[in-house]
Amino acid sequence: MVRTLRSEIATSFIELSGHGAESIEVYVATVAHPSPRGGVVVIHHLPGFDEGIREIVRKFAVMGYNAACVNLYYREAPGASSDDAAAIARAQGGVPDERLVGDVAAALAYLRDLDNSNGRVGVIGYCSGGRQTVLAACHLDFDAAVDCYGAFVVVGTPEGSPFNFPALTPILADLHCPMLGLFGADDQYPSPEQTSELEALLAHAGKNFTAHTYEGAGHAFFAVDRPSYRPEVAKEAWSEVADFFDIHLSA
Amino acid sequence: MCTYSTELVEVRASAKGAAGWFPATSASVYVDHPVDFPAGHAVMIDVLNVARGAHDRVGLEMDARSARLLAEAILRTLDSVPAGLLEE
Repeated sequence: MVRTLRSEIATSFIELSGHGAESIEVYVATVAHPSPRGGVVVIHHLPGFDEGIREIVRKFAVMGYNAACVNLYYREAPGASSDDAAAIARAQGGVPDERLVGDVAAALAYLRDLDNSNGRVGVIGYCSGGRQTVLAACHLDFDAAVDCYGAFVVVGTPEGSPFNFPALTPILADLHCPMLGLFGADDQYPSPEQTSELEALLAHAGKNFTAHTYEGAGHAFFAVDRPSYRPEVAKEAWSEVADFFDIHLSA
Repeated sequence: MCTYSTELVEVRASAKGAAGWFPATSASVYVDHPVDFPAGHAVMIDVLNVARGAHDRVGLEMDARSARLLAEAILRTLDSVPAGLLEE
């Protein structure tokens, strides 16, 4: 008989009721320990609900948080591979903002209701999920937010684009929590000028926002399976995330 | 960078995907991070039938030179066939 020395994390795909009371798929990684702890909602990038983002969910659990990521394309493509689902979602103009907020609210409530939740939940998103993190943090009562290179925050998608992602500037005054921004100096979506503008707008609104723009990095420097990966920058930025969540999500 | 730069066109075509032939109704052309092609960015083409679902899809990821060669080859081929042979 094998004796378990220590339980660490448990992962599963669960079904929650999302925006419009519609069924959504959510990947969760929870900590198998009764002591109270914070939670993290992870928002995936435009290329979808792939293995890379699920690894990030597990990483947060290993760091001691209960974590959850909604498959934002589940309605369009239930059970499909992440790249096929992303292709369908892209062809349909991406995820509407209202639906995103409703789906993320379901993940937030799930994490807050867990037996070992301390009631504090943060949100982090990458690429399009960075913009959606800002969106969610302006509508929902998160305790901390991390925007990783989200474009179309201070400007909307251009006319003629199949995407209709309006600028979030009209709602920035509603930001509910401290926010950390992690950007690449070589990125153009968002450009350093745009992230500077975001910093100025949030400062003007009296919000708690800290931005780091890393030299030698462009978009998606966290993505370990892509040529954009910048290990040294990612390591430093992960440390910023850990410190930020430690401050704001501790009991 | 993730440009979100996407062109959507309606097409009338048959495409062969993982589950066999299907009637394709749209194509997305965009530049983004590829899923499989070993480059930071690629020209991506998805031939789809959105109404039928995600399993009916043909995906292409290629470098810029290949995309230009492909586009030029299509146009040259169209220009070379006798007038009236193909329905417009």
